[in-house]
Amino acid sequence: MASYLLRRILATIPVMLLVAIFIFLLLRLTPGDPAAIIAGDYANDAQIAEIREKLGLDEPLFTQFFYWLGNIFQGDFGESFFYKKQVGELIASRIEPTLSLSLMTIVLTVMIAVPLGTLAAYRQGSWTDRIIMGFSVLGFSLPVFVIGYALIWLFSLELGWLPVQGYQRISDGVGGWFIRLLLPSLALAVVFVAFIARMTRTSVLEVLGEDYIRTARAKGQTERKVLMRHALRNAAVPIVTVIGLSFAILIGGVVVTESVFTLPGLGLLTVEAVLARDYPTIQAVILLFSLVYVVINLLIDLSYTVLDPRIRY
Amino acid sequence: MTTEPVLDVRGLTVALPTSGDRSYAVEDITFSVNPGEIVCVVGESGSGKSVTASTVMGLLPGALKPVAGETLLQGEDTLKATKNRLRDLRGTKMAMIFQEPMTALNPVARVWEQIAEMLEIHTKLSQSERRKRAIEVMESVHLPDPERMADSYPHQLSGGQRQRIMIAIALVLDPALLIADEPTTALDVTTQAQILKLIKEMQERRGTGVLFITHDFGVVAEIADRIVVMKQGRIVEQGDREQVLKNPQEPYTQMLMASVPSMTPPERAVVGGEMAVEVKKLDKVYGRKGFLRRERIVHAAANVDFHVRRGETLGIVGESGSGKSTVARCIARLIDPTSGSISLHGTEIATLSQSKLRPHRRRVQIVFQDPYRSLNPRRTVGQSMIEAPVNFGVPIEEARRKARELMELVDLSADALDRFPHQFSGGQRQRICIARALALEPEVLIADEAVSALDVSVQAQVLKLLDDVRDRYNLAMLFITHDLRVAAQVCDRLIVMKSGVVVEQGPTREVFSNPQHEYTRLLLEAAPGTDVEFGSGRAI
Repeated sequence: MASYLLRRILATIPVMLLVAIFIFLLLRLTPGDPAAIIAGDYANDAQIAEIREKLGLDEPLFTQFFYWLGNIFQGDFGESFFYKKQVGELIASRIEPTLSLSLMTIVLTVMIAVPLGTLAAYRQGSWTDRIIMGFSVLGFSLPVFVIGYALIWLFSLELGWLPVQGYQRISDGVGGWFIRLLLPSLALAVVFVAFIARMTRTSVLEVLGEDYIRTARAKGQTERKVLMRHALRNAAVPIVTVIGLSFAILIGGVVVTESVFTLPGLGLLTVEAVLARDYPTIQAVILLFSLVYVVINLLIDLSYTVLDPRIRY
Repeated sequence: MTTEPVLDVRGLTVALPTSGDRSYAVEDITFSVNPGEIVCVVGESGSGKSVTASTVMGLLPGALKPVAGETLLQGEDTLKATKNRLRDLRGTKMAMIFQEPMTALNPVARVWEQIAEMLEIHTKLSQSERRKRAIEVMESVHLPDPERMADSYPHQLSGGQRQRIMIAIALVLDPALLIADEPTTALDVTTQAQILKLIKEMQERRGTGVLFITHDFGVVAEIADRIVVMKQGRIVEQGDREQVLKNPQEPYTQMLMASVPSMTPPERAVVGGEMAVEVKKLDKVYGRKGFLRRERIVHAAANVDFHVRRGETLGIVGESGSGKSTVARCIARLIDPTSGSISLHGTEIATLSQSKLRPHRRRVQIVFQDPYRSLNPRRTVGQSMIEAPVNFGVPIEEARRKARELMELVDLSADALDRFPHQFSGGQRQRICIARALALEPEVLIADEAVSALDVSVQAQVLKLLDDVRDRYNLAMLFITHDLRVAAQVCDRLIVMKSGVVVEQGPTREVFSNPQHEYTRLLLEAAPGTDVEFGSGRAI
């Protein structure tokens, strides 16, 4: 187990290196000159060249890359071209809304999707099943921004129950934080509920056909406990896998939701940074997203050993 | 002493969904189980024996509905019981053990928890009392070191140990009726013998009535007090053990008993054909070592030597994990041997590269155990039949003509080629698999447990077919089986394997009449029903 963990952690190094090379080259190959953007519309060539030199953008790509990489190993992600702040600080100040949104979304998703999927599996072929699966198809087909605006219209404009947009830091009061996150989380959750409910249904259905379910019934166990204790636990591995992957996708996919609900998180930061060709910020955010992805995958694999005693590394 | 039967089934009829090929799964069946009595319900697949058991327990799948009769459990009709009442009865008055100990236990729960669950549902014992009781009952089913084993998960136990856990679960609340649905079918013979002994011991000690469902007349002979023979949902004969086994009245019972292969091997002439396969010092090692990885190595086959001549059947017998299938797969090069030599008509194939191996592939063909899974369900039988010959350059028309011929050889009509595997019965599919193997005109035919999944009457026919094709094409046949009765009837010579090692080899008759190795003797003793002579003469 310990050696497995060590091997997996070592294996992330080449992955992250590849991501770093890829994002670095991609940014430099896309059209648009950060120096020109910073200098503004009325700058002359000499001013732009001066800014370029100040940012180190006149150096060969190779030198730039290793300079950047070397600094990262010292914990320095560089200074943002646009915000004139350390990228590390910038991200730290923006990470709370994104994490809050992702966590709240995934919690909502699991709370809705797993019971729905289990119920659909238990009542396979019934109207309950068909309605749940119908909603699942609908949830897949609607884009997040449509759901988002529809929810804003219904709950904020028509009913006036929830605020339209904005974010309140958790340190300024949990109630306000929760209420402001509810709509964006719901909007984001819809597609994941559809996905995870479907996955749960398939997985539980498969398990319900197993012999040990029959054994549990032969013991005189109640149907509720047959489902909770025997079926769901055995169906957990694929379900947890997609929950973990969904969470990873969520963190990368907050760009749209944060724009719709104007949450000052990493998603919004990414959009701003891309528009400004703010290389250090974009690079750091993407690296962070990739690292989260790799870590979540590792956590998923480790969770298997908890869920299924037959799996040992 | 007048005793009320623990189970009294009267005129039970269970309807099948209207789309089925018959209207009733079981029809008007009547029998009873007395306290302290083992009643064996025996029949082939589709006879309705398992449906009967599930009906009593109230565990029928939703599509099946009891429409007439009653199932009285100590006088109480379980067909009329409410869902809650049924749940109360399960475990306390009636309990069930199942065929597959590998899958009947929840893989993610510790074994003591699975025993204790029974107590949690039906008693008010505290958690520590439940654990104590679970360990006691584990001890009573003779599990070694129950204190330690209690915390194991099912996959850490052997098949026999798991079945003991199942028995412990079933008996922890001392039910009046124990229903055992093929409880030893998935086990090795030596384990089977122990589990049968255990069921008998438990039943005698506690006076439990046992409804024992099986397809195996050997097991029946070993354990039954009374016998109920079922065929296609009806009871064709029932009576005391002696009466049914010694003097079966119904032709169907007689046929079933005659189909069970005899444990006495017939006289066979020594086959002196040319050498087809010669295996020397074959080793197959599984496991790998690597960076930061613990070394774990399994010798699936170690130092195996044997040969087969054309026209000869060599049996490889052994229990699960003995390496018999590993050896077969090495010869077909489905897996690569670690070391040693395999000579196929003088050509060394053990180390041949994949590309050079290809022309030799057609010379060795395999018929696998499970005819339900070894044919591609989405291709017609015809497509499956001609695939291999066409791969080896036979023109399609020629391959089709050959396929039609072979279908007739295996007693199927040529128009079967346009149909899909699911449209055939298990026995028919196994015939198709044999025809498919023959389509390549192999020199060596490997039958890997080829008749193990079949009913005895079908088994006898398929064995006869294998014998016929061997003579007709002068094949060298490797017959892999765990079933000593089958081996006795079809094999010229035997090798006995245990843990990857050949412990004994010789002519079949000699191995049976004068076994040299202790393990061979153990296997022969463990075979159920040896005191009853089955198979009037040769079954094939």
